[in-house]
Amino acid sequence: MTDVIKEDQVLDCSGMLCPMPVVKASKAIKELQSGQILKMIATDPGAPPDMEAWSRQTGNEMLRSMTDNGKFIFYLKKK
Amino acid sequence: MSKSDPNAPKRLALIASKGTLDWAYPPFILASAAGAMGWEVGIFFTFYGLTLLKPDLTAAVSPLGNPAMPMKMPFGPEGFQNINWPMPNLLMANVPGFESLATTLMKQTFKNKGVASVEELRESCLELDVRLIGCQMTMDVFGFKREDFIKEAEIGGAATFLEYAADADVQLFI
Repeated sequence: MTDVIKEDQVLDCSGMLCPMPVVKASKAIKELQSGQILKMIATDPGAPPDMEAWSRQTGNEMLRSMTDNGKFIFYLKKK
Repeated sequence: MSKSDPNAPKRLALIASKGTLDWAYPPFILASAAGAMGWEVGIFFTFYGLTLLKPDLTAAVSPLGNPAMPMKMPFGPEGFQNINWPMPNLLMANVPGFESLATTLMKQTFKNKGVASVEELRESCLELDVRLIGCQMTMDVFGFKREDFIKEAEIGGAATFLEYAADADVQLFI
């Protein structure tokens, strides 16, 4: 088992399809301070590649991306 | 900002030329996704796309001349919902109200699947500072006035779009 990441904020995008997960993520990360961590949950199968792209484009680092019971969970660190 | 500035954000320039419900989605989806990634985005609304700037979005979908359009029922068991109903042109062209039925079915199916409405996507675009530019020439041709559109809309012409698009990393005509 990997280390536990402690998030500062949780964003649940379950049930939402493209492009809402990235739209909601960008809104949520604006509320955080640099270095804080957003945990995001999504069910859209397009979310993993889209969140990777979003992370590369915005510079907010993807600390971890995992699947749990059909849900995709991402830990994103604000730039 | 021009490309001479290496720190300038990426830029997306879109032309939205169609006003039906199915074609209203791509520009607002791409624009909100790009805005969410920190890009500068401008959408130039021309011809039938201009109606997407009205305060009340009345975009409908027509299966007529859209032969590959799958018709799905937004209710019932999953197997029933997955059936692709064939829609003969004769039916589409001759049954009154068919277009509004198709529009209702598409909106409901999209909602059930978790797709945001066109209204929500446009609202997201505005929150992300996407520039929405109406084409002055088309406004003149179709008799639209500035006050027919949402207050956030800007008005411009071909030169306005081209200058913006010249410095864009991605340009698409939709």
